[in-house]
Amino acid sequence: MTTTALAPDMTDSRSWWQKPRNVAIVAGVVVFLAVLGWLGTRDLTFTTDVQPDGSTSFDWAFFWSLVPDMLNAMTVTAWATVTSFVVALVLGLFMALGRRSTMKWISWPVTAFIEFIRSTPLLVQLFFLYYGLPSLGIVLGPLQALTIGLGVHYATYCSEAYRAGINSVPHGQWEAATAMNLKPSTTWTRIIIPQAVPNVLPALGNFLVAGFKDAPLGFTVGVTGLMFFATTIQARYFRPVEPYILIGIGFLLVSLPAAWLVRRLERYMSYERI
Amino acid sequence: MDQLILSSDRYARLWEGTQITLGVLAASFVLGVVLSLLFGVMRLSDRRFVRGFALAYVEFARGISSIVLLFIMAYAVPILFGLPQENVFILASVALGLNMGGYGAEIIRGAIESVPKGQSEASVALNLTNMQRLRFIVLPQAMRVILPPMGNLTIEILKGTALVSLVSLSDIAFRIDLFRTNAALAETRTPDWILYLNALVIYFVIAQIINGIFRYFERRTNAKYESRNRPLPASDVAPAGMVK
Amino acid sequence: MSGSDTSTNGSGPAVSDKGAAAVTMRGVNKAFGDNVVLDELDMDVAAGERVVIIGPSGSGKTTILRVIMTLERIDSGSITIGDDPLYHMPDGTTPANEKRIREVRSHIGMVFQHFNLFPHMSALENIMLAPVKVHGVSRDEAEQRGLDLLEMVGLRQHANHTPGQLSGGQKQRVAIARSLATRPAVMLFDEVTSALDPELVGDVLAVLKEIAEEGETTMMLVTHEMGFAREVADRVVMFDHGKILESGTPQQIMQEPEHERTRSFLQAVLDH
Repeated sequence: MTTTALAPDMTDSRSWWQKPRNVAIVAGVVVFLAVLGWLGTRDLTFTTDVQPDGSTSFDWAFFWSLVPDMLNAMTVTAWATVTSFVVALVLGLFMALGRRSTMKWISWPVTAFIEFIRSTPLLVQLFFLYYGLPSLGIVLGPLQALTIGLGVHYATYCSEAYRAGINSVPHGQWEAATAMNLKPSTTWTRIIIPQAVPNVLPALGNFLVAGFKDAPLGFTVGVTGLMFFATTIQARYFRPVEPYILIGIGFLLVSLPAAWLVRRLERYMSYERI
Repeated sequence: MDQLILSSDRYARLWEGTQITLGVLAASFVLGVVLSLLFGVMRLSDRRFVRGFALAYVEFARGISSIVLLFIMAYAVPILFGLPQENVFILASVALGLNMGGYGAEIIRGAIESVPKGQSEASVALNLTNMQRLRFIVLPQAMRVILPPMGNLTIEILKGTALVSLVSLSDIAFRIDLFRTNAALAETRTPDWILYLNALVIYFVIAQIINGIFRYFERRTNAKYESRNRPLPASDVAPAGMVK
Repeated sequence: MSGSDTSTNGSGPAVSDKGAAAVTMRGVNKAFGDNVVLDELDMDVAAGERVVIIGPSGSGKTTILRVIMTLERIDSGSITIGDDPLYHMPDGTTPANEKRIREVRSHIGMVFQHFNLFPHMSALENIMLAPVKVHGVSRDEAEQRGLDLLEMVGLRQHANHTPGQLSGGQKQRVAIARSLATRPAVMLFDEVTSALDPELVGDVLAVLKEIAEEGETTMMLVTHEMGFAREVADRVVMFDHGKILESGTPQQIMQEPEHERTRSFLQAVLDH
């Protein structure tokens, strides 16, 4: 892929949604998410017919027999990641705007909340949501607790990325917008956000990948994702080696290509700006 | 609102947990920084093989979930390599250190690359060895770029230490959860959300201290760029008039 | 510049009297991709000689200095500093050996267009670094020499200031002092005044003149300062397209150049 091929064709007056390629991409993403949502919300129990041999060496037959269940568990972890990430994207935007607010009674608590969430462990936050909140009369299901916990945690990261993105737009752009007497809404939607987005997208992509790596923590509150799968197998067959190695590989198989895609995006975005 | 405060006995046990948390943090930090430096420099090596090896490590350490790495370290590695499983503290610290090293190496690499090429060229012209160039010229300047993200990374590792409670190390998170599960036995019952809030506040305070330490070193690093106040021996010649 | 007598530099290359070779380049080739910068270049600089290299920008004259300083590797040919070959070429003139290259390199100093001072060190620390760390000079001795050098470039009272607090001209004078600190036999000056505001050029040139008048140091200068070249240079070399176009005394080159390209280049520089 060359730069020129990726650069928007200035002679093409169609909006982005009128181009077949973009429509295909969006449709693909929607179908993917629908399938993931269907797969990722099933009730899963993990079991295998293959009895491991008693030896301490690596049991390949046992290892391979675990793969289908691992993939099932992966869909749960992936779906939890996606839903949390949507929460993070939206909530993060409000946090970023709240922190930027000129009204101290808004900006100060928002800032304090962001700093607090960012510097405390997600695990304890999950415990707070799942085991702590019932004492206040709020009962959350496993997936709800994970989605909220992971979503809020990453919202604080996203808000910082948004903030950095907005700050990365040169001051002169604001001045030019003022000089042209643009309305604040026009300034935001036509001037600031289009320039901030390319700076923010790679960071958001990184957070998505990072969120995927944190999502298996849901096993501590009973979400049947990858770690839940591995600990269940470990407890049932007293074999920790195969399941943990397997999910380790599973993680690398997803997060390495994902990280690679993010880097592609990063490079593409920096080309776009030249 | 005195309900928010736990009994002093519980705080004593939380303090023990804090010591475990800080112990794991310190061990994984030391390992993480060593790995960061090593692999960060290796990533910029002239040798393809060395570069490739460092890249493989970085991709592995960043690609794998820290919780999975921790469980592999704590449960799979002792069996595979016949190590004593009792030493969870070391195994867990190694897992977190390996994880930190992957991210740290990228910070170091980026920071070294941010030092202008002319600085290295001047070092060659002054005939410094490669190690001297790294130690006296490149790293001190890279430090300005390294410290802020390293501070953030250290706080990420602090957060990561909570995971060791899941492999039976009795850190802060572990003890708090124990308070909850033992609550039935306690004579006075504290609402569960207050227990967890207390734990979160302890982590927050530790994070702020880490922040403060890094700020201090940032200030010290920046002070190098300002004039020294060390006295100079008196000049035996009158100062030249040509200088303003 | 008291005490910078190169002959005290025991293990140094033979540069005892003018006429012995300080730098010898034979058939040196260097290309960046398809761009040939040095094309079978032969060049000799005698010990104590002051050579000014001129030529259009992009002609590769800076590369001459950079390959001597080992900042760039050459593709083929040989470079000799005194009697010591600097590069290890396929013909086996020198074994590939970092230790040896460092030994030869210790007789060369270089001053850069953009100073390249170390921003986290004071002017004095910049100057003391190489003597202390590379040559094992004691701190006291290095400090004394550092202060002497700063005195010479007129910046003694700025010894404790860091580069960020100095003007461009001051920085360049510190950089010159820094490279003199190890008493190199050969000094390379790469467009040392090009990055300076015009009013700061004079102070730097004055320092260069002082070094030249000592007469001990072999100097190779890439510069566009023709007036300076006329005053100081023993020889002016016109360089273009990877080759030496012509070479002679400043008078020869500036008053009666043989080549049309030299003439038009000089015209352009003087008009500027």
